[in-house]
Amino acid sequence: MRILTARKRAEGLGAAKSGTEHHWSMIVSSAALIGLIPAFVFTFGQALGGTHEEVIAYYQRPFPAIVAILTFLVGFIHFRGGVQTMIEDYVHGTRQKVLIVLAICLAYAAAATGIFAVAKIAL
Amino acid sequence: MADVNRGNRPLSPHLQVYRPQLTSVTSIFVRITGNGLIVGALMVVWWLLAAATGPEHFATADAVLRSWFGDIVLFLSLWALWYHSLGGIRHLIWDSGRGLDLKSSYTMGYIMIGGSVLLTIFTVLVI
Repeated sequence: MRILTARKRAEGLGAAKSGTEHHWSMIVSSAALIGLIPAFVFTFGQALGGTHEEVIAYYQRPFPAIVAILTFLVGFIHFRGGVQTMIEDYVHGTRQKVLIVLAICLAYAAAATGIFAVAKIAL
Repeated sequence: MADVNRGNRPLSPHLQVYRPQLTSVTSIFVRITGNGLIVGALMVVWWLLAAATGPEHFATADAVLRSWFGDIVLFLSLWALWYHSLGGIRHLIWDSGRGLDLKSSYTMGYIMIGGSVLLTIFTVLVI
C-alpha cells in the first residue's frame, strides 16, 4: 500500500514552481501602482526644476514624501518580479541564476536608496 | 512514439516570417517599457539621494536631469510609465477574465497607444 497520496507525489514536480505567488504579487503591486504612479509623477514634477532649498522643503511635506517612499518600495518590488520573468524567458542555466540574483539585488538597493534619501530629507 | 515524426512536424511561426499584430507588439512594448523604466527610476533615485546629501551633489545631479540627455530620458520614461500603466490595467482586466476576445484586445491596444501619448502630453503641459 502506498503511504503517499497521488497529490503528494506530484506536488512540486511541475515546471511552474511558485508561479501563482509570483503572479499574485505582480497583480497586487500593479494595482497599488495604478494609484501611486500618477501621484508620484505629479508630485515629482512639482519638485523637479526647483532650487535645492525648494526641493528639500517640498519633500519635507508628508504627502510627497510618503508617495515617493511607497512608489519606490512597491515599484522596485514590482520591477523585481518583472525583470525576473524577462530573464527567465531569454537567459538559461547558470547565467540566468546569476542575472536574477543581480537584478533582485539592484531592485532592493534602488528601493533602499530612494527610501533613505526621502527619509533623510523629510526627517 | 513521440519521436516518429521528428523533424517533419509543422513549426511554430518563426519571428522573421511572422507578421506582427497589434496584440503582440503592444505586449512586447509593455515588457520593453517596464524593464527600460529602471534607467529613469535610477536617475530619479540618484537625484533624490543627491538632494539629501547636500547642495553641491544636488547641483551635479540636477544639471544632469535637466540637461538635454536628462530631458530625453525623463520624457521617454514618462511615456513608458503611462504606457506600462495602461498595459498593466489591460492585464488586470484580462486576469479578471474579461476582454480576452480579439476585438476587445485590439480596442484596448489602441487605447494604450493613444492614451499613453495623450497622458504624456497632458503631464508635460501640467508640469
